[in-house]
Amino acid sequence: MRVRARKLAPALPLIKITVIPMHDSKTTIALEVNEEPVEVAFAPHKTLLEVLREDLGLTGTKHGCELGECGTCTVLLDGTPVLSCLVLGLACAGRRVKTVEGMADRGTLHPLQEAFAELGAAQCGYCTPAFLLASEALLAANASPSRDVIKDALAGNLCRCTGYIKIYEAVELAAARMRGEDASPAAESLYGYE
Amino acid sequence: MGTSKKTATERRPSELRVVGRALRKVDATSKVTGATRFADDLFLPRMLYAKLLRSPHPHARIVSIDPSAARSLPGVKAVLTGPDLPIPFGILPVSQDEHALALDKVRFVGDPVAAVAATTEEIATQALDLIRVEYEPLRAFPNAIDAVEHADPAIHDYADAGNIHKLIDLEFGDVDAGFRDADLVREDLFFFEGNTHLPMEQHAAAADWSPPPGGRLTVWSSTQTPHYVHRALAKVLELSPARIRVIACPNGGGFGGKSDPFSHEIVVAKLAMVTGRPIKITLTREEVFYCHRGRHPTLMWVKTGVKQDGAITGMHFKSLLDGGGYGSYGVASTYYTGALQTVTYPVPRYKFQGARAFTNKPPCGPKRGHGTPQPRFALEVHIDKLAEQLRMDPADLRLKHLVPPHSVTANWLRIGTMGLGRCIEKVVSGSDWKRRFKQLPHGQGIGLACSSYITGAGLPIYWNAMPHSGVQLKCDRGGGVTVFCGSTEIGQGSDSILAMIVAEVLGLDPAHIAVVTGDTDLTPVDLGSYSSRVTLMTGNAAIQAAERARDLIAPHVARKLEVPEGRLAFADGRVFDVEQPEHGLGFAEAVHLAEAAEGTVGTVGSYTPPRSPGRYRGAGVGPSPAYSYSACVALVDVDPATGIVRVPKIWIAHDVGRVINAASVMGQIEGSVYMGLGEALMEEMAYRGNRKVVHKIPSLLEYKSPTTLEMCDVVTYVVEDPDPNGPFGAKECGQGPLLPVPPAVANAVYDAVGVRIDEVPITPEKVFKALRRKEKGEEPRFGPTHFPDIPWPEPTRVPPPWEGGDGGAVEGGKGRQRAAEAARP
Amino acid sequence: MLRLPSFTYRQPRTLNELFAMKADAGPDASYVAGGTDLYPNMKRRQQEPRTVISLMGIRELRGTESGERGAVPLGACLTLTALHTNPHIREGYSAVAMAAGLVSTPLLRNMGTLGGNLCLDTRCNYYDQTYEWRKAIDFCMKKDGHICWVAPSSPRCWAVTSSDLAPVMVALGADFLLAGPAGERVVPAARFYHNDGINYLTKQPDEVLVEVRLPPAASPASDWDAVYHKLRRRGSFDFPVLGVAAWVRWERSTVADARVVLGGVASHPQEVPEAAAVLRGQTLSTEAIAAAADAAYRPAKPMDNTDFDLSWRKQMTRVYVTRALTELARRRNTTT
Repeated sequence: MRVRARKLAPALPLIKITVIPMHDSKTTIALEVNEEPVEVAFAPHKTLLEVLREDLGLTGTKHGCELGECGTCTVLLDGTPVLSCLVLGLACAGRRVKTVEGMADRGTLHPLQEAFAELGAAQCGYCTPAFLLASEALLAANASPSRDVIKDALAGNLCRCTGYIKIYEAVELAAARMRGEDASPAAESLYGYE
Repeated sequence: MGTSKKTATERRPSELRVVGRALRKVDATSKVTGATRFADDLFLPRMLYAKLLRSPHPHARIVSIDPSAARSLPGVKAVLTGPDLPIPFGILPVSQDEHALALDKVRFVGDPVAAVAATTEEIATQALDLIRVEYEPLRAFPNAIDAVEHADPAIHDYADAGNIHKLIDLEFGDVDAGFRDADLVREDLFFFEGNTHLPMEQHAAAADWSPPPGGRLTVWSSTQTPHYVHRALAKVLELSPARIRVIACPNGGGFGGKSDPFSHEIVVAKLAMVTGRPIKITLTREEVFYCHRGRHPTLMWVKTGVKQDGAITGMHFKSLLDGGGYGSYGVASTYYTGALQTVTYPVPRYKFQGARAFTNKPPCGPKRGHGTPQPRFALEVHIDKLAEQLRMDPADLRLKHLVPPHSVTANWLRIGTMGLGRCIEKVVSGSDWKRRFKQLPHGQGIGLACSSYITGAGLPIYWNAMPHSGVQLKCDRGGGVTVFCGSTEIGQGSDSILAMIVAEVLGLDPAHIAVVTGDTDLTPVDLGSYSSRVTLMTGNAAIQAAERARDLIAPHVARKLEVPEGRLAFADGRVFDVEQPEHGLGFAEAVHLAEAAEGTVGTVGSYTPPRSPGRYRGAGVGPSPAYSYSACVALVDVDPATGIVRVPKIWIAHDVGRVINAASVMGQIEGSVYMGLGEALMEEMAYRGNRKVVHKIPSLLEYKSPTTLEMCDVVTYVVEDPDPNGPFGAKECGQGPLLPVPPAVANAVYDAVGVRIDEVPITPEKVFKALRRKEKGEEPRFGPTHFPDIPWPEPTRVPPPWEGGDGGAVEGGKGRQRAAEAARP
Repeated sequence: MLRLPSFTYRQPRTLNELFAMKADAGPDASYVAGGTDLYPNMKRRQQEPRTVISLMGIRELRGTESGERGAVPLGACLTLTALHTNPHIREGYSAVAMAAGLVSTPLLRNMGTLGGNLCLDTRCNYYDQTYEWRKAIDFCMKKDGHICWVAPSSPRCWAVTSSDLAPVMVALGADFLLAGPAGERVVPAARFYHNDGINYLTKQPDEVLVEVRLPPAASPASDWDAVYHKLRRRGSFDFPVLGVAAWVRWERSTVADARVVLGGVASHPQEVPEAAAVLRGQTLSTEAIAAAADAAYRPAKPMDNTDFDLSWRKQMTRVYVTRALTELARRRNTTT
């Protein structure tokens, strides 16, 4: 099919974006990552997310948007869940970072990890580290959260696989076990209603 | 367990030791510890980073590209443009219309134009802005109706008519006669807006090239279909497939969005070859919206005749799909909008007309439910309206008219088991339907809808006579078994299904089964994680391989134990005499005996779906080894002052045939409800009409995915009606339960406030407008009002089975299947 | 992944250090507190400072409410979580605590600050896009371009205020303490904002918001109450497409004074004096509330630059003002 020739559009203006120097000189900071002191050197514009994944090899921390719009990169900073994609690496000097790699203790899964595995709360597993850490912070502050409190606490984390239900159930199961109860999943969680 | 010669499907649940239990998935631990390596988690020594320059125009001719300034930026190692990769590709053989980088034309904002390899992602990003591209803009087509109405300028140089990519006209019996037989005939129009998969993981791919003379390419990718990527790479790169290894990394969510071979996969491979260094590309969230291949925006018209008791006498269904800039799976998607109307309630005469238009937006393709959620929405709301006119309870109407099991439909689909009746009964009683429907206070409502979905497509995407799924099994001297299969773990639990099935057949602990999947060097072909095919097809292949291993081992054990082979059982990690269970030996010892006698103990299994009875052109879309069924009841709260709809609770029952892993089945059903709820209420691919058809909201903030605060409570019922074609009777559960959710919500909104929202998503604005119309005494409805004129082709006329047809078209050659190829889209 | 551009990062400890660093860095420097607004904008190249100066280490900005009974100062670098959970704020200024708790997500509230939310960049879905996206539309006047795509013939930018706390502060009549190299000044919250999408703050670039001074908590002598209602698609993540802050001073059951302030409908928090005028001297009867809601509805002019259809958003002004005032009436009835 023939197309009529049209006026050529002027080439779009080239807008200069901030020039990144070839060798952005690195800065070294000391911090604590998963209860171990760490020194790490990185370019000053790097976020905690990038430092963890690229400079410390801790790829358990994931990313879904890098703009604070999904919660996938959640880590604990001084015990508080934050979006590592919006924390500057340099702002973490002297601070305490916990990632999913730091949750298991000497080869024993954290009760949350155990419950997530048991209930299938991790499907693709991509958002799972973030949900685990946000849940850990919740349980540290509230040993017996109601379903609504769990929903509020996890309202900053998106999951596309589970519909969140197995995640709530896993948090409740882990909470019960952490309180010392001999809890196991409800039959309807695993097999549905009769 | 066992050597009992019953087929896997014939086993009673009491005989099963592994199948049916809620077991931890084989990858559960690595997923909860962050150890799972997704594609972007790969960091290779000397690795470069790639970025794509994308079109800022929805439709334009490329006049010139000057990459020289980008090439000279320090740190840049290579820049590619269209002519570097001139061979077209595409997932379907009939629409090989994509180029890795636009050759002479761009077809949507975001179409890849050039690629950069650099030492850092920052430098690669910076280099993109230095590539000068001169475009000659062309008129852009923002939607399907515009594309139907204007043939010029053509988006592609191939199409069935103008900018209409595909036209279908199928007729199964005389529908007009059906309408004449009816007591009531009703017509309705519906629109289902496009939406996208939105996996949390952004697509990523890495490549490594060992230079000649060895010359081997390895590509890691977040793909659901490594086999098709393998083929596309070989074609575009002109490399022997024998020199290409594709490794499908575990996908951080797929939902159909990672099922096409993509530009970035081909580009990263080429860049590895050009630079001689490993390289990785990770798309930004915005770019994931441009990859898309999501739900087609679909306009639908349906006319149905019914008897006073609700029996359908004839149905005519038309769909118009907005395909976006490329073919993708679109031809199949178009057929799917007409294929499954017949598998729930008997439709004695059926006519389907489908059209797919090219438009200047990211290409649409298969999203969870592939082409069927749109017509299912239309059909289930349409039936709700018919029931009201007939003064029948919509649940009763459906229960009264169910497709019989083991029957053939008007469009020649062979139905196996059919558990929809039980599903409806479950949700009706669970939701207290009879005491709530039409009886809740104003603003609260309850609605019901049903659906069905395929358990794997009956035909492969490219014509071949080979199996759809293959499994290799290796029995180790230590008693462990390794399963090799080309299937791809996308979170649905496919790796675990393999382990559980092999464990069941060989009587082993699933923890003793190692699973190796999704690697074209190591694993036999499985076509991929799409069309809900994996459990059924890999499961059947795994059963065959495991039964062959059992048959290989058993004679040697029988000889050693001096019992007839038929008396041996494989269970609890042992092989023993069923009549004296203590008389037996460990599985490892059994393997030793077999290996000593036969050599290495390895077997293979494979699976090819049964041939479909349909013989007409287009009969390739719709057939499946088995159909799953779902029923759903939604409870809604509608705020009449705002139109805001909230869904506090959903009851869902799903006929899964037979549960393999109970925990996975629950997760798939709940996840389907979630995605269906998002589509019902808020998810949509929105574009700016006024500014160049840009995607209005390519971000996780503005594309609205429900949070914990929007997700409803879900009451799930798992119905088991084992299908003879499924492994142990299993059917799919990963897509079907999504389908009834949008229509159930729409029907519930009507029950709540008396307005019909014949369009998805059901947003507050639409409900508000419909409520205002109702107040003013106008038609209390929001939805489309017009279906455009489309130059339908001469119909392919196929008599349904009860009119003596043979599954083929009548009237000589027209539409009649040609030997080997015609049953495909 | 989306990355930040290169920049120099400074972490002063005192305001004096801050101003020295700012003077040193010149006009290409930005202040950052929680980073939840600036860093996404920088990743999308909407803002491209060469120097980023963190406010989080400055003691003067981190003060919490002291015990004094007069004007209650809130440090600008208090996190939104702190504001939302602080028992004194919840008790005395529930609208503030409530609005803080409605910002984005729990994760973001752990990082984002009071000052950051009050200085939040105006938003527009032609502007809050990546560099490549904005290039495709030939940019807009707020950054790199010449036109406002929301109103192409307009000489001004129509980006919309999206702060949840700003309308509350205006409604409460809070004062903002600003500090700059030349000294300190106090501005009423309402005068901190401009109805212009680009120059939306009256703050000078080198000035910093130090603290927010809330009026004394309600008492028999000053019997006031305030509420905040937020409209958005989802219960989390989303910015307001409409915020309604309503404040009344009671004299027994009569409204002695009132302020109704709308967020999300203009470039600044929009006070609707017409609505307040209707209420003065009235009880919050259904009729008075309806009249006030109607008065608020008329001047609200949402533009097509956020989520949802703009005509529906305008309609919702009436509904949400009604609901806010109804809540105030209900609270009055339950407290007396």
